[in-house]
Amino acid sequence: MTTAAVAPATMPERVLWKGNEAIAEAAIQAGCDAYFGYPITPQAELLEWMARRMPELGRAFVQAESELGAINMALGAAATGKRVLVSSSSPGISLMAEAMSYMAGSEVPVVLVDVMRGGPGLGSIGPSQSDYLQLVKGHGHGDYRVPVLAPASIAEAMALVADAFELAERYRTPVAILADGALGQAMEPVVPEYREPPRRPSTWQADTARGRAPRVVKSLILRPEDLEAHNRDLQAKYRSIEEHEVRWAGESLDDPEILVVAYGTAARVARTAIARARAAGLRAGLLRPITLWPFPTLALRGLARHVRAVLVVELSAGQMLDDVRIAVEGLAPVAFHGRTGGMLPSPGDVVTELRRLWSITEPVNGRHRPQRGRRPVPTEPTLATGHGEQLDEGVAAEDLPALAEVWR
Amino acid sequence: MTERSTIFAGFGGQGILFAGTVLARAAMAEGREVLWIPSYGPEMRGGTASCTVIVAEEAIGSPVVDQADAVVALNPPSLAKFEPVVAAGGLLVINRSLIEAEVRRNDVEAVELPCTALAREAGDDRLVSVVALGALLARRPLVSLASAGAAIEAIVSAKRPQILEADLAALRAGYEAAAVETVPA
Repeated sequence: MTTAAVAPATMPERVLWKGNEAIAEAAIQAGCDAYFGYPITPQAELLEWMARRMPELGRAFVQAESELGAINMALGAAATGKRVLVSSSSPGISLMAEAMSYMAGSEVPVVLVDVMRGGPGLGSIGPSQSDYLQLVKGHGHGDYRVPVLAPASIAEAMALVADAFELAERYRTPVAILADGALGQAMEPVVPEYREPPRRPSTWQADTARGRAPRVVKSLILRPEDLEAHNRDLQAKYRSIEEHEVRWAGESLDDPEILVVAYGTAARVARTAIARARAAGLRAGLLRPITLWPFPTLALRGLARHVRAVLVVELSAGQMLDDVRIAVEGLAPVAFHGRTGGMLPSPGDVVTELRRLWSITEPVNGRHRPQRGRRPVPTEPTLATGHGEQLDEGVAAEDLPALAEVWR
Repeated sequence: MTERSTIFAGFGGQGILFAGTVLARAAMAEGREVLWIPSYGPEMRGGTASCTVIVAEEAIGSPVVDQADAVVALNPPSLAKFEPVVAAGGLLVINRSLIEAEVRRNDVEAVELPCTALAREAGDDRLVSVVALGALLARRPLVSLASAGAAIEAIVSAKRPQILEADLAALRAGYEAAAVETVPA
């Protein structure tokens, strides 16, 4: 068979790619017009890739004088409607909080990548998930949220970059991609496939005032009545995001006795641990949030009713744990296992925790289960099974006291 | 083969990350799943560098391993750190050119070769990790020797084609030395 310059009929060739570089190239292929950053480990290769590629393509690359400079340049560029990427790691992300709040307030789309490292402070350069509370709960000041996407593989990170741009522009909001040092530094084979989200028409962008009235992009709204109205609009937008953009993936969820909730690298450790536990007869399953905000609250609640316990695994001292407990509402005991400072839990550690948890909990049927009053449960969209799947119904009947045994 | 993990460890500059990358690329070329992850922490500055390569038939979960199926130790601190990590029945490749300590484990297979000396014969001391990779593949055919050679060629040709021959010679030297060495009872 002769091979001319035609696309292969079978699977495209895979390439071995480092997470940071794959994210950078995915952003370029998603139509990123401008990148602003400042070097920091373990994210540096992302900036380095952009430094080489963006000028080649005639696009904007600026290594700013600091993270503050980078994020404020991003604010300016994104206010003109350009597709803008910013990346950093934990200490640098802290510096960017103020401008992120400004972008949320002035409804400017931008994609921010955080390749998390150990904290607090300058901490270590090891992998960590200790920026969860920072990004998922708002990051800067003011009443706002940003969608936070958490990839667990390099291939998924590439896909989520394009999705992040699309979300950012659809909802006119900053969007964060929350990765960790392990994902940034690891290499995996990926199929170099990309997606460039369609551009939206210019309706708000401060791109040009030629032939029309000037537009203003700002977050300063001094009249309290006006600012409250703006906040109401923002909250309505956030409710819409919560309703439509929840994503999660499940594994071994047919019959789990213990449900593990973990994201990113922690979810991969959990996956191996679950396989090992199942081989030994302990039925565990995994719920892996892909959007950390909006959190898959209803999916988790539906599953929590049917398990004897929930185990949260994180590379932190327990940050997503809070959202898990809110979702579980005492329907099952919630336990936690985490490592910090750049340390990773091993699959063996997680198996040990699963065994321990199994031994001190009761089967669902033998458990005194609290119930809550009936209330409307909106439809939960998912990534794994498509949108609009109804997961579980609100449990009827009167309110009963919450379960006593809820562990930290 | 289900999932096989290998830890490469040595001084920075011994080509630890390179050897791991060669294995990862070769495994990818053979259609396997693979994950390569370096220890990118502060220990890389002057101390011990390491990387873990997991080769599997199916999607890989954890990037960290409790135990490694094989450990390649190119300097004394690497043996001290990773000898306890080798799974029972696993493989330990030891660079006798630099490591004097005896192997304490009696439940692992040890391949003890003067990797640095063999690398020098092949053309350059710095090919020590490639020698060790050859030795690893002689005892644990995670990928074929041909695939490893092709991976080296793909990586090296782009940047430093002048060292390709020495690289391939080092790979063969390690493979042959480990293939002829008798396995301790």
